[in-house]
Amino acid sequence: MAGVIARRARRQRVFRWTVLSVLGVFFLLPFVAMVEFSTRDPQTWPLLVDWPRLSERYPALAEGIVASLSQAALTALLMLVLLVPTAVWVRLRLPRLRRLIEFLCLLPLTIPAIVLVVGLAPVYAWVTYFLGGSSLTLVFAYTILVLPYAYRAIDAGLSAIDVKTLAEAARSLGAGWGTVMIRVVLPNIRSAVLSAAFLTVALVLGEYTIASLLNRTNLQVAINFLGKSSATMSVAVSLTALLLAFVLLLMLSLIGGRRRRSATAIEAAVPVPTAHKEPAA
Amino acid sequence: MTGVAVQLTGLRRTFGTVHALDDLDLSIEPGEFVALLGPSGCGKTTALRVLAGLEDADAGRVLVGGRDVTALPANRRDMGMVFQAYSLFPHLTALANVTFGLSLRGRAKQAGRAAEMLELVGISQFADRYPHQLSGGQQQRVALARALAIEPSVLLLDEPLSALDAKVRVQLRDEIRRIQTEVGTTTLFVTHDQEEALAVADRVGVMRAGRLEQLAAPADVYLTPATPFVADFVGLSNRLPGTVTGDEVEVLGARLPMISPSASPSVTALVRPESVQVTPDERGEGRVLTTSFLGPISKVTVTVGDLLVVAQVATDRLPALTPGTPVRVSLRPNPVAIL
Repeated sequence: MAGVIARRARRQRVFRWTVLSVLGVFFLLPFVAMVEFSTRDPQTWPLLVDWPRLSERYPALAEGIVASLSQAALTALLMLVLLVPTAVWVRLRLPRLRRLIEFLCLLPLTIPAIVLVVGLAPVYAWVTYFLGGSSLTLVFAYTILVLPYAYRAIDAGLSAIDVKTLAEAARSLGAGWGTVMIRVVLPNIRSAVLSAAFLTVALVLGEYTIASLLNRTNLQVAINFLGKSSATMSVAVSLTALLLAFVLLLMLSLIGGRRRRSATAIEAAVPVPTAHKEPAA
Repeated sequence: MTGVAVQLTGLRRTFGTVHALDDLDLSIEPGEFVALLGPSGCGKTTALRVLAGLEDADAGRVLVGGRDVTALPANRRDMGMVFQAYSLFPHLTALANVTFGLSLRGRAKQAGRAAEMLELVGISQFADRYPHQLSGGQQQRVALARALAIEPSVLLLDEPLSALDAKVRVQLRDEIRRIQTEVGTTTLFVTHDQEEALAVADRVGVMRAGRLEQLAAPADVYLTPATPFVADFVGLSNRLPGTVTGDEVEVLGARLPMISPSASPSVTALVRPESVQVTPDERGEGRVLTTSFLGPISKVTVTVGDLLVVAQVATDRLPALTPGTPVRVSLRPNPVAIL
């Protein structure tokens, strides 16, 4: 009997390692290939970290990097300014609209980017007319694009607290709606807000279709152009963008993990006070 | 600190087809402790939330200290509130929670005042703890300190004890009354627990379907209920058939005074268990069915023919009243309500 169990455990171990190795190779091989390819020209990586020389030699790439970083920051900001108060208001005053808002926020996930662009093109004709053709105008489209991910993150954060009671408690203590948002709601959904912002940044840094089809510049569009003239630099920048997104997502899971751990640690460290420990009346 | 008078006049509030408040009038004297009591959905919480400004009334007026505050938002009504759900801000310590309202008013010596309030509710040793490090009772104490710290004109308590276990509930209930007496703030306390309401309030308002059925001192609500609903809702009552004779009703052979006259000769009388006396008697018409030990007082259920009669007896009499014992049932001549 013991032999059968040992054989089964060994088989499971081998199976686990095989699956892990195959998946590891599947994911890592392209990275290794990218590293290998991008280091063929020894000038590539030093140039990538030397901003003045990079912007001089590849002005389109530098413009794309600046555009993407600005788009990411502004999209995250616009998304938070729009979504957090809306989500809080729906929970406080219009709970019946919650399903509808959730549905609306998830819509961009179901519509392919190419279809979205077809719809956005006439709108952007007006955007260009009023605001000019700056690549920063993509922020409006990206804010819609990130809604499914950002809404989920913020909604999960709001579900973890009793927003209605907290807001009412703050109101009864004399807080206006602005104070309620800044001093009560936001500090309690901080990690949800960070999650939404990180997801937004990761998504915007990797966006190509909308920018390309609306004739705007961003990192991915610049990489695509660069690929035609300097393949090694294009691959190096792609790798950097991938790593940046990876680091952001890693930070995201670390924040979640730390929050869970600290909650568990506090529960373990602090004896839960029970009724008989109440101070005597 | 002295309290202010509160007046709710002709309040109406409708949710869909439900009238949560139906022309509600309520007056609270300065410094008075009034409890609103009633079954779920009777409108007691809605009344409190309208007074707090957290809910708008469809009609009616809210006067605090003679000033009409009906149109004022919640944050400008100067009321302290303790909620049924734990409402402490999770990211702030107990002390910071109590300081919150003070900081909005830009008061100097905030920390001193907050510490004083924590001392008042007997929880100053936990000032640096976060809400998740406190028990339910401790959290509600901090919530009470937070509500009182801003020196509100009215203190509103929305079932603050219902999430606590029985022992803490009784402790905190008495604490709330002590503190309210000490600070003298006009207080409205909403609860569905009649024992709680009767134990702490100066006056108890019994609500039904958005209206006040009776507003009186606890003893009056219990002993001379204004309506059959109040008699039925407050305290346990036997429903016994009776025959009206003049101003009295005859129930189980006893003539009892009626709280309100009845037009019908055949009625159902609501008789309190403490008005029922049971005495072991071989020739008695009743038989003990069950007994329940409730501490110093116990409950005995007796069958008299087809009727079930519940009596309240001193626990030391229980050994003589085992199930099956023949008993004589008599009623004390206390006034009874008629259905």
